[in-house]
Parts: sequence; structure tokens; C-alpha cells
Amino acid sequence: MTRSTPPAKAASASGAPWEGSSTRRGFLSNGLRGAGLLALGGLACDSNRPHAGFLGVMERVNERFQRALFDPTRLAPELGEDEETDLEDFPKYKISPAFPVAPAGWRLAVGGLVARPLTLSAGDLQRLPRTRTRVRHHCVEGWSAVASWDGVRLSEIARAAGVDPRARYVEFRSFDAGYSSSWDLESALHPQTILAYGMDGQPLPIEHGAPLRLYAAVKLGYKMVKYLTEVNFLPVRSGGYWEDRGYEWFAGV
Amino acid sequence: MPRPVQPWLVRATHWANLVLLTVMAGSGLRILVAYSYLGPQGAEYGWYPWQGASPPPALTVGGWLAGARHWHFAFAWLFVANAVVYVAYLFASGEWRRRLFFPRRDARNAWGTVLHDLRLRKETPPSAGLYNGMQRLTYTAVLALAPLVVLSGLAMYKPVQLPRLTALLGGYDAARAIHLGVLAALALFTVVHVIQVLVHPRTLADMSVGREGRPEEAS
Repeated sequence: MTRSTPPAKAASASGAPWEGSSTRRGFLSNGLRGAGLLALGGLACDSNRPHAGFLGVMERVNERFQRALFDPTRLAPELGEDEETDLEDFPKYKISPAFPVAPAGWRLAVGGLVARPLTLSAGDLQRLPRTRTRVRHHCVEGWSAVASWDGVRLSEIARAAGVDPRARYVEFRSFDAGYSSSWDLESALHPQTILAYGMDGQPLPIEHGAPLRLYAAVKLGYKMVKYLTEVNFLPVRSGGYWEDRGYEWFAGV
Repeated sequence: MPRPVQPWLVRATHWANLVLLTVMAGSGLRILVAYSYLGPQGAEYGWYPWQGASPPPALTVGGWLAGARHWHFAFAWLFVANAVVYVAYLFASGEWRRRLFFPRRDARNAWGTVLHDLRLRKETPPSAGLYNGMQRLTYTAVLALAPLVVLSGLAMYKPVQLPRLTALLGGYDAARAIHLGVLAALALFTVVHVIQVLVHPRTLADMSVGREGRPEEAS
């Protein structure tokens, strides 16, 4: 902060009688300046802090807009096998330096506000009702791709665990260097939101999140956590790996 | 009392649009940097000559992908609101009559203006009021592009929740190409527009301070 101070001579020349009023004026102008800075700060668009200021306010406006548009029964078009992207062209993303390998004795923990916390092995998941979805994948970067995904609907898991009505959010955790995300419950229970263990008719490749990843039609790719370890039904939203770094939290499509 | 050449609401929305369009174009280009190809993964469009070419950083707004997306989706609302105010005023005030292109009235004048500007014809087309036919055609075409840029943007933003709109535009990736194509058209318009303003500096004054129209300009 730099502030211009009047030259000492002028200050002494102004004399005592004005001193009081000038401090009052100083107080007033400082106050006004502070209020102005605050107002500017509230309106500011800081690209490095997109959740704050005007950009943050508008993110919340856009979340409302997206929730109003969201129809829990509307399905994304299921595509034909001929529309599948070649497996080698489907981008593979991770946070760890190398593709993370599942720890021995891997299990999925389902917890939070549930009547029956679950611990599910790969075999347990395969025994639950199986579903396949082949929809367009939308990445935050702008690309799209198509694959078919085999797995179990998250709504099926929610029913098995007995989710408490107070749970409004779902948090997904992984063994990929702490990658995580959290969702609104409505999107998580959408019929095309699944925990996938298969891709294009094959077991899920390590590069795409083996042994288990989240897949959905109604969210951008970064919301679909790979290398899952935990699913928690929560009364409050938690952030997420990219969300905490400034990416939009709702990110519906 | 004579009406100003450019009424104050036209001037206000014009300059607001300059700021908003700059933010939208700059943040849009920064979003494009994250994936500067058109077409789905593994099936990029063959007709697009700039596959993988990043827009120059100097033309971008938002710094990084998340920042640019926040700018884009925040200012999109203001861009639309400003356009709605302008169009509402255009029709409520009757200004549309002297601004929009009507083929019967303006086509001959537009053609004459093109020939004159290309130095193919000596005589100036007769004055047609506020704008000549070619100006009316251009400004009307730009106005028609505005809904297309908004709708193609919405189709990309909500391809699953707005399935009919997305299908109408040919799908997510086609909507993305259309969105960029409209930006290119708007950029081309802006270049020609700025050149024309430099050639006819009085129009800049009209759009800034709102000089009153002279009798022969009334229409």
C-alpha cells in the first residue's frame, strides 16, 4: 500500500486549528476508500480465485440454473457400438506420476449417512444387478468421446446401503493420490450414473480407473472419480481435487 | 425535436456489447486452448485447417481453463441481458425500421454501395436514410448471428439436458464448431466495421456523444 503524505512544511503551515478536521477527513476518506476496495473486491473477477467475487457469485447462479434444468428422469441418448471411440484414442488421465495400481485386498467402502455401511469386493459388485451404458463423454477441456461402460447403478448401491434422507451429497474418494469429488445426490442417483468395472466389453483397464470408477452421462469427466475406494453419503458438500483448485463444483452437462 | 442519430440506449448497449463481446471471445479462446481440435476424439473434422493450433495468449481472457470458464459462464448472462435490452428497444422504439434490412427497400442500394466501394461504379447510391442498404444487411446479419452463438453455446453447456437443441445443431461437437465459426464471423465483421469507422470518423462521434440528426438524415 502506498499513500501520498503531504510535505512536512505544508503540514506545519496548516497549523493546529485544522488538525482535528483533517484527521476526521482522513478517517472519512480512509473509510470510503476501504468501502470502495471492499466493493471492488466483491465484484472483482480474479482468474486465480474463480470461486470468489463476482465469478463466484455467478458460479452459484449457474448452479441454480443447472439444477433447474436437471431432470432426474431424462436419459442421455444411448449410442450404437459404431459410435465408440477407439480405445487407444480415449484419453487417459491420472494425478499420480504413474497409473495407480489397486492395493491388495481392495474393497469399496460405502458409508456416511447410511443405515447399513457396506464393504464390497470386486466379486460382490459383479453380483449386484449389472447395467451397460454407452453415452457421449464430455470433458471440461472440450473434447468428447464414446465408450460403453459395464457396472452397477449407484442408485442400486444407495438402496442396498439404506441412505438417510438427510444425505444430500455424495463424496467419492480414490487411491489416486487423494483424487476425489463430491456430487449433488440427484445426479448421483441418475439411472446412467454407475460404478463401472468394465469398458467396451472388457474388464476396466488400469488406465481408465481399474478396479472401479464412477461413470455418468450427466457430469463432466473430472467429476467421474477413477480408482474408487470410498463412497460417502453426506449432509454437506465436500470439495474435490479439481474443485478445490478452482474448477466448477456442479459441472453438469 | 429531432431524434439523435444514435439514441442513448443504442449507444449504451453498443459500448457495453464491445466490452462483453471482448470478454466472451477472449475467455472462449482460452477455453479452446485446452483442446484446440474440432470433432470427437479419434474422428477430428477433416475440413478444419487449424487442428491443434492454439489461439495466441494475447487474445485470451481468464488465464487458465477454470478461470476462463468462470469468466465465460458469468459474462454470458450479461451478454444476453444486454442483447435483450437492445432488441427490446429496437422494436419498442420503432428504430428497427431504419436499421434492419428489408430486401425490397434495401437490396438495390446494398448492391450499388458494394459496386461503388469496390470502385466498379462511379455514382454514389442515393441516400437511404440513417444507413445504406449494405450497412443494414450487415448489421441485420450480425444480429441474426447472436441467437446462433448463444444457442450453440447452450448446446455445448447442457448437451444432455437440452437434447433437442443439441440434436438440431448436429450434436455436441458440431455445436462446438458452429460456436467457433460464429466467433470467426463476428471477428471478421469487427475488422471491417472498425475500418469503415476509421474511414468515416463522424460515425464514431455519433455512437459516442449522440449528435442530433440533420434533417436530410431523418427517415
